[in-house]
Amino acid sequence: MGAPEPLPARFAPGARVQVRRADPPGHVRTPWYCRGHAGVIERICGSFANPEELAYNRDGLPAQPLYRVRFSCRELWQDYAGNAGDAVEIEIFQHWLEPA
Amino acid sequence: MKQTDEADSRGYYRRMQSAIEELLILKGVFSGADVEREVKAMDSRNPGRGAKMVARAWVDPAYKARALHNGSAAAEELGFAVGPLRLIVLEDTPRVHNVIVCTLCSCYPRMLLGLPPEWYKSSNYRSRVVREPRTVLQEFGTRIPDDVEIRVHDSTADMRYMVLPLRPAGTEGLDEEQLAGLVTRDSLIGVAMAKAAAQA
Repeated sequence: MGAPEPLPARFAPGARVQVRRADPPGHVRTPWYCRGHAGVIERICGSFANPEELAYNRDGLPAQPLYRVRFSCRELWQDYAGNAGDAVEIEIFQHWLEPA
Repeated sequence: MKQTDEADSRGYYRRMQSAIEELLILKGVFSGADVEREVKAMDSRNPGRGAKMVARAWVDPAYKARALHNGSAAAEELGFAVGPLRLIVLEDTPRVHNVIVCTLCSCYPRMLLGLPPEWYKSSNYRSRVVREPRTVLQEFGTRIPDDVEIRVHDSTADMRYMVLPLRPAGTEGLDEEQLAGLVTRDSLIGVAMAKAAAQA
């Protein structure tokens, strides 16, 4: 039996997304500071086994699409005083993202 | 930067690492010779690799285009094995300055730059560069003009990043090797610019 097909990508580059405001236990690779915030898909990086499963010696399959999401610094930090174009780009797996 | 948190726990984690390594060798998962070979391989990697890629990109627009399209393939093209992680090359322009961090741990493009500096792993750098990048860069002596946008890249999963810094002015007459000499580790991380020609 081969590996299950990677999950199809739900979002295209340029799409507005919001990171789930969740606080699951265990190994999580979505930084706290972007949860609940909205950003834009910068690119699709490919599909990878889910690290939140791999951390517990499971296979992490089906592979999850991984995105780079661009967040404006002013969206992340209300008091951000630098250039309005300053941004943070973060790799986020699909199951953490919702349409914004 | 002060790093008391890491310094305090280092002894404990070092002992734990040694204990686990001994157990894995006893169980036959790998041998002491395997460990030694990996340590040697890691020691052979240094920022000179990234510098060579940057210098090539500065002199060869077609190579630069390939590097921006697929960083891993561009590294392999110069003979640098990248392994399973994927390399993304981030181009600085007169309008955009890039800097890399891993806020969750200390992901770093080791295949091209070798071991990360201590400050890169400090909670000071990791927590602050996403919150106040201009202040942090200023502490490195790097002042980014207000009208240049900063992009902080948080390396949280399977990508690794390297900055392609701006080619310094007045370097038209330098050859590729001389240009590589201007590219420092810090400029590949994005906390500094490439050195000016007179500093080569």
